[in-house]
Amino acid sequence: MDMPRPDPAILADRARIVARLRDVVAPDAVIADDIALRAYECDALAAYRCPPMAVVLPSTTDEVAAVMRICHEAGVPVVARGAGTSLAGGALPTRDAVVLGLARMTAVLDTNLTDRVIRVQAGRTNLSVSAALADDGFFYAPDPSSQLACAIGGNIAMNSGGAHCLKYGVTTNNLLGLRMVLADGEIVDLGGAYAEGDGFDLMALICGSEGQLGIVTEAVLRIIPRPEGARPMLLAFDSSEVAGACVSDIIRAGVLPVAIEFMDRPVIRAAEAFTRAGYPDCEALLIIEVEGAPAEIDDQLARIKAIAAAHNPLEIRESGSDTQSAQIWLGRKSAFGAMGQIGDYMCLDGTIPVNALPAVLRRIGELSDEYGLLVGNVFHAGDGNMHPLIIYDANRPGDLEKCEALGADILRLCVDMGGCLTGEHGVGVEKRDLMGVQFSPDDLEAQMQVKDVFDPHWLLNPAKVFPLPLSAGRRAGTP
Amino acid sequence: MITPRSESDLAAAIAGTKTPLWVQGGGTRALGTRGAGAVLSTAGLQGIVLYDPGALTLVARAGTPLAEIEAALAAEGQRLAFEPPDWRALLGRDGVPTLGGMIAANASGPRRVAVGACRDFVLGARIVDGTGRVIQSGGRVMKNVTGYDLARLMVGARGRLGVISEVALKVLPAPEATLTLIATGLDQSRALDAMARALAAPYEVTGAAHRVATGTTMLRIEGFGASVTYRAGALAAHLADFGPWRADHDPDIWRDIRDGAAFAGQAGDVWRIVARPSAIGAMMAGAPVDDLVYDWGGGLVWALAAPGVDLRAALGGFEGHATRIRGADTAIATFGPQSAGVARLESGLRARFDPRGVLNPDPVE
Repeated sequence: MDMPRPDPAILADRARIVARLRDVVAPDAVIADDIALRAYECDALAAYRCPPMAVVLPSTTDEVAAVMRICHEAGVPVVARGAGTSLAGGALPTRDAVVLGLARMTAVLDTNLTDRVIRVQAGRTNLSVSAALADDGFFYAPDPSSQLACAIGGNIAMNSGGAHCLKYGVTTNNLLGLRMVLADGEIVDLGGAYAEGDGFDLMALICGSEGQLGIVTEAVLRIIPRPEGARPMLLAFDSSEVAGACVSDIIRAGVLPVAIEFMDRPVIRAAEAFTRAGYPDCEALLIIEVEGAPAEIDDQLARIKAIAAAHNPLEIRESGSDTQSAQIWLGRKSAFGAMGQIGDYMCLDGTIPVNALPAVLRRIGELSDEYGLLVGNVFHAGDGNMHPLIIYDANRPGDLEKCEALGADILRLCVDMGGCLTGEHGVGVEKRDLMGVQFSPDDLEAQMQVKDVFDPHWLLNPAKVFPLPLSAGRRAGTP
Repeated sequence: MITPRSESDLAAAIAGTKTPLWVQGGGTRALGTRGAGAVLSTAGLQGIVLYDPGALTLVARAGTPLAEIEAALAAEGQRLAFEPPDWRALLGRDGVPTLGGMIAANASGPRRVAVGACRDFVLGARIVDGTGRVIQSGGRVMKNVTGYDLARLMVGARGRLGVISEVALKVLPAPEATLTLIATGLDQSRALDAMARALAAPYEVTGAAHRVATGTTMLRIEGFGASVTYRAGALAAHLADFGPWRADHDPDIWRDIRDGAAFAGQAGDVWRIVARPSAIGAMMAGAPVDDLVYDWGGGLVWALAAPGVDLRAALGGFEGHATRIRGADTAIATFGPQSAGVARLESGLRARFDPRGVLNPDPVE
């Protein structure tokens, strides 16, 4: 994985730029100390690291605008950072970049239950949005696994999803408005606390643009009344094909669970060893959650049970209490950590059409054997969003490169089967060089033209999403 | 009229045009004024390319009649959940509503309040831009953050950035049962309160509308039979202050709300106003209108006004926007203005995707 060489002129100008930044934010909101900068050298894709030139932690939109004006004038690249939980290197800086962190922008600005909206600063964590609404009986639906830590601004940048988006959609479906600062410091409002705008759907562009079009500082989010209750069911199967067919049959029967999670044998075993959740040792395990009043839940689970029974499951385990529900979810929620006990891992995020599941799982197994690296599969089966976890040893020379090559093969497979490279983690640097697998040169040129409109000098997170050779001219200022 | 039969013909027609092109599907809801040039119809691009009920996915070409799509879905017990409206009667037009027209207009009906708009169900698209370049964006899977979401950008863009040739949609199961709770005699303010309270309750209301002329308030619940019965009972109890509520089991009573049918035969201009439900009652209280129908729990209001009344100007500044969807007075714009920053971004996109300004240009361009 390559990153552009830092611009020596910017590095030479560092002291002046840092001094100017200190003029526009609180005294302790600029970090330029080499030791302290190490905290910002990577995000959750820790395989790639580089400390930035400086970190700025503004508290208001106006401060963000002032920072952007300074960077724009000095031609300094800016990497926006929510909470640094990106699994794709979305917040990975270069040596000549300023990291603009949203960590101090966490306020709830407005809550309106009649309009069913909440307005928050973009550094607020995902889970704390729902926490702010708990007493009112509402919640914010997208729930990425990192929701305790990840920021709404990062969720918007990566169009984050989560386990429950089969029913409630991903970030783009739950974002009503935003305030953003463009590369030149101009503040722009899109949408608002109402259903929809009447111009171009610019918010659709911002969602998933990985901090390349502007710095989102405030978001207006759709909020939803909390359901009366929710309860999961666990289904165990002796083959992935059968589990996949069962998912398809449930959806065809008109039942729309809030979540359908899938784990394969390597992940089941790791999770069981790690959590003692009591999972059966089997080839494929589904966790299906439904919502509603107790009688409604009973009714839906009975329908699912009847469908599952036709597929000869090894076990059907229905939760009868909150404790049992927590037990069923325990292994799934700890799956990444459990796999991390086996070794270092790389988490992929390809998405495939649901009916391609069996074929894709079979081929991943073959690839795993060919490369000699263990792959566990845990994913959102209702929407085809796979999360293959490749286990490797970071201390063994060549293992990371082997892991990257296997990951690339798996993602190519996803695209070949009619899917995409990334469902909810984003392209970042991780999938950047594979974009040509999914898109034609014209497709990518059209996307880069969008960036030209929002960020003509390519200062915002410039080394991400687009393969470096394609964006070289634009980054050098000669499109 | 130019009617390409394939995506490559469509691309050639756009690349080779010397005049503005007025893009249309079935021509059932064209808004605004057309100037000189040729009509470019997508009606020749027909057919369902892929329909996978088990994956809740449908891919079809832009000119496919909406009726054909809806029939194919109904045969599998599924539907377009955002409830695309049919404005032909309202606008006095005929023609065949198409998939592409629905996408270009981001056409969504009453269920938008619960499940989202047309744009929320678009998974991917193939587009021919104003230079004749074919662009693919998104795909046919439920979650996708691979590159910028150009497909969703096209939804509601009214063909001004490119012509959609093919689109992939998420579809949903059609419910086993539908029940509407109806109250009569509530005034506007009480009706808005009742709808807000219904939508804040955990009973999954999928429609909340109020017609001022008849004093009718409607709340829709859908799903499996037993669940609908339970939730309707719980909701009626929750809203007992606003009752009595009677139950109606005919799903089709929502068509009139969806299509703006209340104003179809009536003289006057028709406006569609999107605003905050918490503000809309006060906004409309003194407005120069003859009749109102609230939808989306008050997030949308259809207004019938005397011809030539500039309702947008009368309402002044508010969070949201007003669109005049029927009316002859050319001094009143169909759409309201954007802020300076947004307008600059929009014209920047136009300059990239349609540098010659040949796709549905504004009269002022």
